Amino acid sequence: MAVPDSLSHGSIRRRSTIQGALRRRLRLLPVVPSILLLGVFMLAPVAWSFYSSFTNVALSGKAALNPQWLGFDNYARMLTDSVFPLSVWLTVVFVAVSAILGQNALGLAIALLMTRSGGATASLVGTVVVASWILPEIVAAFAAYAYFSQDGTLNQLLGMFGVQGTNWLYAFPMATIVLANVWRGTAFSMLVYRAALSQVPRDVSEAALMDGARGWQRLAFITLPIIRGSIATNLMLITLQTLAVFTLIWVMTAGGPANASTTLPVLAYQEAFKLGDIGYGTAIASILILIGMVFGAVYVRLVRGAKS
Amino acid sequence: MSSLRRAQRLAGNRTTPVAGGRLRVRLAANAALAVIGLCFVLPLAWLLLASVDPNAGYETRWPQSPSFANFAAVLTPGLLFQPLVNSFILSAGTAVVNLAAAVLAAYPLSRYQSRFNKPFLYAILFGTSLPVTAIMVPVYGLFVQLQLLDSMPATIFFMATTTLPMAIWMTKNFMDSVPLELEEAAWMDGASGLATLRRIVLPLMRQGLGVVFIFVFIQAWGNFFVPFILLLSNSKQPASVSVFSFFGQHGAIAYGELAAFSILYSVPVLILYTVVARGSGSAFALSGAMKG
Repeated sequence: MAVPDSLSHGSIRRRSTIQGALRRRLRLLPVVPSILLLGVFMLAPVAWSFYSSFTNVALSGKAALNPQWLGFDNYARMLTDSVFPLSVWLTVVFVAVSAILGQNALGLAIALLMTRSGGATASLVGTVVVASWILPEIVAAFAAYAYFSQDGTLNQLLGMFGVQGTNWLYAFPMATIVLANVWRGTAFSMLVYRAALSQVPRDVSEAALMDGARGWQRLAFITLPIIRGSIATNLMLITLQTLAVFTLIWVMTAGGPANASTTLPVLAYQEAFKLGDIGYGTAIASILILIGMVFGAVYVRLVRGAKS
Repeated sequence: MSSLRRAQRLAGNRTTPVAGGRLRVRLAANAALAVIGLCFVLPLAWLLLASVDPNAGYETRWPQSPSFANFAAVLTPGLLFQPLVNSFILSAGTAVVNLAAAVLAAYPLSRYQSRFNKPFLYAILFGTSLPVTAIMVPVYGLFVQLQLLDSMPATIFFMATTTLPMAIWMTKNFMDSVPLELEEAAWMDGASGLATLRRIVLPLMRQGLGVVFIFVFIQAWGNFFVPFILLLSNSKQPASVSVFSFFGQHGAIAYGELAAFSILYSVPVLILYTVVARGSGSAFALSGAMKG
């Protein structure tokens, strides 16, 4: 009598733990659509990108139907290619000057000035800065193109001071896309820093005022250390956004003249779609994806560090 | 405490140089902001002035005979309505797919403890950092092989996926702020997880859902590169791509019409952004996106 009893007891318990495990699994079922989407439209292209970067797959012709395995030929070609090293350098300049230096510093400056000014000026300037960010990218690109062109607003302004302008888009293509990207993207940093600065307790800065801390010292030793988490996150995000900029450059200079503003996304586009060499295009894309992955890993570490 | 504060304030007020310094700082800050604002507004001023100038060029000038001729010229079914309808289908479709997938994924992540949650969320966060422009070359290859080129639904699903990591992350954060107690009561009454999600959690996070929807919609509406690569026929092109043809392919550029079209195309996202910023503050939307 006792033996079957304990047996049945054990089997019930076992069944209930199996059911429990099953139920816990089933609870995760709603995540499946997202995993499918991410698998099909994100992971698969990334995997395909790495795979095709070792082949000579092309848009048309024999290599389109029967791509050959090339090994590291595409990557070796990058080193001997005259455009690729230039393109890497232009991408570094574009990200460093327009995002890390330009957007980040200007965004912080505007946010700080807003805490000092307040009122109508602050909200009006905030609206204008955000407007250039919220506009569709292609419209912002047209506006920037018009601004820097031969008959454009910049030359009108210079003309007022008696300076003869030039066609900036041809003469200084990198400078124009850097400035355009600062104009376009500063709003993001400004919003991040406004949110961060609103969290800085007033007591802290007022106490510093009592101690006679001068403005710059207060900024360097009190305010900035408090918002350092936001600074790190912001730098990460704007670097990734700027790394991926295509439309702005494509409309303004199309990477020219003579590749003088061909950043990596533009180069990947040209090789893959203009020249039809998908293999080499995906090799360049793979490099960009790898750079994104490195920054992504750092970003995840930052967020994890902030949480724990 | 408050008397101490008052004493400090009095002490501060007594020394007029500090007060004078404050005023000077305020004036200087306002002046600096005004200069920055002027620099930012100049490129936009051209857009506005050129749109009402039938003889517009690239210079910024007051129109000699301002009129809405440019707007009238682009207000045709082929030039404006078809591309805008396409933009709307793409953006709304993207936002709906995105929100549905994000809400479903966020629910178990927010409500149940699991070993799976943390790695998944960090993988999602990692996914937000992949440069979409870099993925376009392989995606094009993939679409060719699967014969999905020029398909609106496939483009919608791809665009939804590119913003999905950010949407899941935001939706989960908004859902975390809905208290558990109400749901627990419903669970006691025997309601299933998905039923409580629909009847209790979603209504309570309406505002957050609105923010995510608008966030995704604005991104899709402004997206040029993805439809430019994945959609081929003119009848399927959204406004972002069709406006490019104004610019590039017509030989002589119709500057005024380009500006008018750009404005009409931009108005919906400006309105949507204002709705989000007014209703909840952009800082609120950002906190959903940024907080860990």
